[in-house]
Amino acid sequence: MGRYVIRRLAMAAMILWFISMIVFVLLRIGPGDPALLQQGINATPERIAQVNKEMGLDDPYVVQYLNWIKGMLTLDLGRSALTQTDTTDEFMERFPISLQLMVMTLVWTVVIGIPFGIVSAAKRNSAGDYTVRLFAILALSVPGFWVATLVLIIPVQQWGYAPPLDRQASLFSEPWANLRQFGPPSLVLALGPIASVMRLTRSSLLEVLRADYVRTARAKGLNERVIVLRHALKNSLIPVITVLGLLMGGLLGGSVIVESIFNLRGLGQFVYRAILQKDFNVAQTLVMYTAGVAVLLNLAVDLVYSLFDPRIRYA
Amino acid sequence: MPENRPSPARPRRLPVANQAALPRPTEVVLHRPTRLNRSLRVLRQNPLGAFGLMLILLLVVVGLLAPMLAPYGTNEFAGLPGQAPTMDFPFGTDKFGQDVFSRVIRGARISLQVGFIAVALGTLAGLLIGAWSGFKGGVVDVVAQRMVDTAIAFPQILFLLVIVRVMGPSMRNVIIAIAILIIPSVARIVRSAALVERNNLYIEAARAMGASDGRILLRHIVPNVAPIAIVVATTLLGGAILAEASLSFLGLGIPPPNPSWGNDINVARTTFPINVSAALFPGLAISLTVLGFNLLGDALRDIFDPRLRGR
Repeated sequence: MGRYVIRRLAMAAMILWFISMIVFVLLRIGPGDPALLQQGINATPERIAQVNKEMGLDDPYVVQYLNWIKGMLTLDLGRSALTQTDTTDEFMERFPISLQLMVMTLVWTVVIGIPFGIVSAAKRNSAGDYTVRLFAILALSVPGFWVATLVLIIPVQQWGYAPPLDRQASLFSEPWANLRQFGPPSLVLALGPIASVMRLTRSSLLEVLRADYVRTARAKGLNERVIVLRHALKNSLIPVITVLGLLMGGLLGGSVIVESIFNLRGLGQFVYRAILQKDFNVAQTLVMYTAGVAVLLNLAVDLVYSLFDPRIRYA
Repeated sequence: MPENRPSPARPRRLPVANQAALPRPTEVVLHRPTRLNRSLRVLRQNPLGAFGLMLILLLVVVGLLAPMLAPYGTNEFAGLPGQAPTMDFPFGTDKFGQDVFSRVIRGARISLQVGFIAVALGTLAGLLIGAWSGFKGGVVDVVAQRMVDTAIAFPQILFLLVIVRVMGPSMRNVIIAIAILIIPSVARIVRSAALVERNNLYIEAARAMGASDGRILLRHIVPNVAPIAIVVATTLLGGAILAEASLSFLGLGIPPPNPSWGNDINVARTTFPINVSAALFPGLAISLTVLGFNLLGDALRDIFDPRLRGR
């Protein structure tokens, strides 16, 4: 076990290092000068040089890279090249919003995806099974941004209703307004994950239901409900948990579009704006953060998985 | 899902030195189904896959004939902006007074073009990298695999956004970005197939005859793992088209006056007063396209490689 953990940790560290290099290099090639963007087209060359100096953009790339890594490790994320706001502050402000969105998405995924997957497998080839499978394949084909757009504009056109978008409502002081803000985007975001989890729960449960010990349970006369829920379900959920971890990692990226459409001031919207405006300091840190969380989630899932199922360690 | 039946075993010749000396068996006339018949049977057994194939063929025809099918010109001011569907404009008009129907038809061409070219490029590169990495093993394999791991860990949409932002939004750059994104998924699966393939006896035979690594790779490994790559490519096409639409929607895809479905939805979203039909129909077109590729991809995967099912 120890060796496996060490190997996985080393691999994760290497991947994170690769990603940091790629992000750093990618953002620095290509057109666009952050100092020019900040100062406007009429800025004098002297002013540009001064701004570059202030932001550390005239340092050698190696120094810039090391400073960036040091900043991330000491939780000092520097300043936005454009707005001059402190990135750490803005990050802290936006983080709870993205977190709430993700938690709600996860809740929808588990609460809707798993039960329907179970029903679909237990009542194989029934009308319910076909409905679930049809829904899943449709949900995986429909673009999230389209659904989000329709969810926003149809109520406006039909009933003149729009969720409160102008400011962020707090979950604690105005829970109702807050849920009206977060409900639709989290459901839209959960659409794909729900479909994946439904399909996976179904196929995984069907596989377990073919196992010998399930046949034994049937032979000794247990009723089907007990067999599925008490015996088969536990084993069939292991791959589902793995995929939930992967899906959550993907959500960080997926929230870019949904947060922008619903005007939620979360990290997704932040990173999108930073990339559009070539705000190096912010963009590289946020992309790194997103990738980092995905890698660590992946790692955590693998380690948990190997605890559940010792066969994995030796694979 | 239809059961996967093992294909009927082909009669094998007995490994006998002198076949002519043996008494010839009575000729048995087997009704071997023709190629067409077999294809039709596969389609009948996978009605969903067949439906997907029909959808895609329909879209390809629409895309090819777009200039003839579209009632209005590419950026033609056709009528009053923001109209609901009427006889003249079956899908309504957008905020610039263009016919949404014509734009949806022309969008098919761009979407399919981006999807097919990007996936073809990405699959080709992934096939070569994966086959090479699986075949060579050792350091080459380790490095290639860590790069694949890295690429898979990278959040996709952010990767696309960064690449297109750096290279500038244009059709060519969108294609390149999506192709790069596809490489690791193909490489990973092809690699595992190549790992199996390289242990076959005929590879050893080829090597014994003095074939170089390059020759074995290109003449033996690649052709044998290519079918898997093609199946994977089909399952990735839907995602590629979705990626183009998402990028265009975010304003970093196909540049605006071009009819791109993602673009058109974004325009419809910011139109006032709101006209739902201008957003509804381009999105339906995306959904049907992606649905077609997903259904076809699932069916192909079931037919060719039951091991990949559910991944």
